[in-house]
Amino acid sequence: MSKPEFIYTTYIKTTPAKLWEALTSRDANKLYWFGAYQESDWKPGSAWKITYPDGRIMDSGEILECEKPKRIVIKWRNEWSSELKAEGYSRCTMEIEQTDGAVKLTVMHSIDRPESKFIGAVSGGWPKILSNLKSLLETGTVALESKEMKSA
Amino acid sequence: MSKPDTVYTIYIASTPERVFEALTTAAYSKQYFFGFAVECELKVGGAFIIRTPDGSVHIDGKVLACEPPNKLSVTWNVNWPGLVEKLGETIVTYDIAQMGDSVRLTMTESHERDLPDDILSGGRAGWPAILSSLKSVLETGKPLSVRMEPPVKMIAALKAMGVTVPGG
Repeated sequence: MSKPEFIYTTYIKTTPAKLWEALTSRDANKLYWFGAYQESDWKPGSAWKITYPDGRIMDSGEILECEKPKRIVIKWRNEWSSELKAEGYSRCTMEIEQTDGAVKLTVMHSIDRPESKFIGAVSGGWPKILSNLKSLLETGTVALESKEMKSA
Repeated sequence: MSKPDTVYTIYIASTPERVFEALTTAAYSKQYFFGFAVECELKVGGAFIIRTPDGSVHIDGKVLACEPPNKLSVTWNVNWPGLVEKLGETIVTYDIAQMGDSVRLTMTESHERDLPDDILSGGRAGWPAILSSLKSVLETGKPLSVRMEPPVKMIAALKAMGVTVPGG
């Protein structure tokens, strides 16, 4: 049985400011999010969306909370799959915490319906995206390219 | 196995052989696993031991499956008096797959018995730190210096079950 929640934590040798920039900058997103990028002005109540490299909208929603460089909460709905879109809005929380020797990033993605296929989909995606983000900040390059995203 | 397993997947710019070596040898594990030393006999039925930095046995397990460089499954029994009797066995499985120029490592921690979340909190907190540091070692040559204590709620839950916790 799939729980309608996915939680993923990664530790990155960086600073909260650099991690915040990588999470919220369109150009940085493209480097580790397989060419996709988020767009928002990152203020509570503002619109938010993710766009594929070919211009299609992947997901859209609204910024619920934004506390630089610590916490972002997004009201998040899939846009490209009618089946996932029909599940309605999920809630994604990203938390950044400076710990001894590394920055801790936790992504919590939940939806208020059992057996969610959307949560199943993001459970596969987040480890790839966040593994790439960690590699980018620590080494300057990513672990997985787009072609591997498709086969993964 | 009625309790959902703890599963953690991470992608590493490395080879399956290097990831497997990093998971099974002390020279690597001392870097990314809080100074702990992994000793693994690479055969089914072989010993799987993890020593604390002072050399005492922390995990006393056996190899259940060994298919280098793609799979290792071990009993992961913490060597605290009464723990296995109270909690049943813990099984940790690593699945390692080549993904293009990278590796997908999936760690699955499963338990013989249905355990409360407080008991499972140790693994849920620890694995992301350990495997993030392993990725850093393989990609940059340097571990993360994350420090971590066992969760207070886990120690309390173990004591309540009658497990003797070292130093507690």
